[in-house]
Amino acid sequence: MNLRRLWAIMIKELRQLRRDRVTLAMIMGMPVLQLILFGYAINLNLRYLPAAVADQSQTAGSRAAVQDLLASEVIEQHATAQTPQQLIDLLRQGRISVGIAVPPDFERRKLDGREAIQVMVDGSDNVVQSAAGQLAQYPLNQPDDFHATTETPISVVSFYNPERRSAVNIVPGLIGVILTMTMVLFTAVAIVRETERGNMELLITTPVSRTELMIGKVLPYAGIGLIQTTLVLLLGAWLFQVPLRGSLWDVYMAASLLVLANLSLGLLISTRAKSQFQAMQMTFFVFLPSILLSGFMFPFAGMPTPAQWIAELLPLTHFIRLIRGIMLRGADLSDLWPDSLALLAFIAVMLTLSIRLFHKRLD
Amino acid sequence: MTDTAIHARGLTKRFGTLVAVNAVTLDVPRACVYGFLGPNGSGKSTTIRMLCGLLTPTEGDIEVLGLHIPQQAEQLKRRIGYMTQKFSLFDDLSVRQNLEFLATVQGLSRQREKSRVAELLKRYHLDDRQEQLAGTLSGGQKQRLALAGATVHDPELLLLDEPTSAVDPESRRDFWEKLFELADTGTTILVSTHYMDEAERCHRLAILDRGNLVADGTPKELTGELEGRTFLVRANSPRAARDALADAPGVLSVAQIGNELRVLMRDNRATVDTLRSRLASAGLEGDTEAVSPSLEDVFVVATHQQQQREEQAA
Ligand SMILES: Nc1ncnc2c1ncn2[C@@H]1O[C@H](COP(=O)(O)OP(=O)(O)OP(=O)(O)O)[C@@H](O)[C@H]1O
Ligand SMILES: [Mg+2]
Repeated sequence: MNLRRLWAIMIKELRQLRRDRVTLAMIMGMPVLQLILFGYAINLNLRYLPAAVADQSQTAGSRAAVQDLLASEVIEQHATAQTPQQLIDLLRQGRISVGIAVPPDFERRKLDGREAIQVMVDGSDNVVQSAAGQLAQYPLNQPDDFHATTETPISVVSFYNPERRSAVNIVPGLIGVILTMTMVLFTAVAIVRETERGNMELLITTPVSRTELMIGKVLPYAGIGLIQTTLVLLLGAWLFQVPLRGSLWDVYMAASLLVLANLSLGLLISTRAKSQFQAMQMTFFVFLPSILLSGFMFPFAGMPTPAQWIAELLPLTHFIRLIRGIMLRGADLSDLWPDSLALLAFIAVMLTLSIRLFHKRLD
Repeated sequence: MTDTAIHARGLTKRFGTLVAVNAVTLDVPRACVYGFLGPNGSGKSTTIRMLCGLLTPTEGDIEVLGLHIPQQAEQLKRRIGYMTQKFSLFDDLSVRQNLEFLATVQGLSRQREKSRVAELLKRYHLDDRQEQLAGTLSGGQKQRLALAGATVHDPELLLLDEPTSAVDPESRRDFWEKLFELADTGTTILVSTHYMDEAERCHRLAILDRGNLVADGTPKELTGELEGRTFLVRANSPRAARDALADAPGVLSVAQIGNELRVLMRDNRATVDTLRSRLASAGLEGDTEAVSPSLEDVFVVATHQQQQREEQAA
């Protein structure tokens, strides 16, 4: 391998990239957009559902119970109502998702141990329904002391994310998702594009070796991957107070492993794809299972066994375990050696395969 | 070191059932401009690609600059320059950046690279365009840049695939001047074309037709074989004269060029009088004279013979 030639290819790649406004915008825009999307909009723990209260009892006890429910922050009072019928109307109009009805005989029912409060839910949205289910767990039915809010019948205790904020869980994984999406696609497209434009026929008639060509094309993108990682880390810390309990060095090591794994996968795709469009399709073929099976969105443990096998083959699965371990639990890479090793093996296999499959020939 | 730059025997390339190149045998002497003449789809590009090791021949042996191809293709790559039919430099790099990239990749030292790029920019009249993006150059400028790129490392052999297809006649002449300059310094040049006037300039040429090599030699040798078989007819009604002559015995082809007809005979027994009487018997008048054969005629004869051979084989 000739370092000057390698350097020339890298410089050429960076120069072309600098002129490619769309790709540049994607490199910076994608992390920002996804962070905001996943961080704010896709909030897996529902909060502030619009609600209305019809308190027909109007006793000190009923007001206190209603206050307790509002204090949970699962609901937020958006409208007022006098009767349960008005609540139903509001629900139907879509102005509220949850209605709280306190019957006139609230105190009596409480003493009798019967249901004292009715929570009406917009059942057409099952996420809302399950969120409202949490409300029903509030200790209102206890006849003796309804102020004892600490004695919740079922308590959910979350260790590393006590406030159960999903952003904290999502941001570290998001680094992986963004790297998977951009890195695979960029390399695959970068090589297929040269074939499409005819540049490859010129390149392969020069003394450039296969290894020089592949590594020279891939390294600039590895740098870009680490820039994206930095961007997500900074924004995550700033916007969502995502903690970093492990070492920054380990975070970058883990990110580098994922970047290289994805780049070598991109290379492999580029040796098979005939057009940029095909390269894109193949990328999404890998991307979709990565998002769904890696544990980024759904817990790994809850998946059927075959899905888990597939997930073990995906670099993102291992990265998610690494990065959550490092950032949220303060683990270091050596604690998580099986996943680091899995990523290294993935890189070795993909690189060998792609250099094998890439020929300096047209047929 | 031999005097042959390229030596190919029974070169064949099949794509599935299609025979793109059929048993081509070829010898290209050193320091010579060797033309590859053939219509679209005749296998020019395929042959050139096999010669530089980009395509593996289905059958046949190739030796280029003393190296066995495709086995020793990697060694060959330092010694040849290849200009693809389609512009293959980087559209989104400047003229200078393209040349610098190729110079580095071809292994020129840092100092050599600098002087060589400056020299090429000057020689190919690109110095005032050096910061322009290659993709925005005109057709002729692109060809010059591509030639500069192919010669950056002073290769012994240049393979040029239809280098002048998008270029005006004036630029084509300039381009060919450059080719002869290169040949004078000892570079062997294989150039494909479908322009007769370009073929005529070559030291030697091979004519390809649907994958077959149908004739080769110097332009003089090739046209010399047709001596006495070509005539020019100026008739008042060229269309009628054309019809009258087309199926006359001994006539191989009649082509109309403006108001004149170019008649090609099957052998050299015919004279001006034969044609005159033929016209007269059709009630037509016309001036007839013998002319010297052109490469176009060579091409017509060669493809015709090939057709006959194929019909016999069938
Ligand atoms: N990769 C390929 N797969 C299948 N067929 C091919 C391939 N490359 C070339 N051919 C066929 O081989 C034949 C010769 O093609 P080639 O490109 O060599 O012609 P050419 O003489 O260069 O023509 P042109 O003047 O149009 O460039 C054509 O019929 C073409 O369709
Ligand atoms: Mg061609």
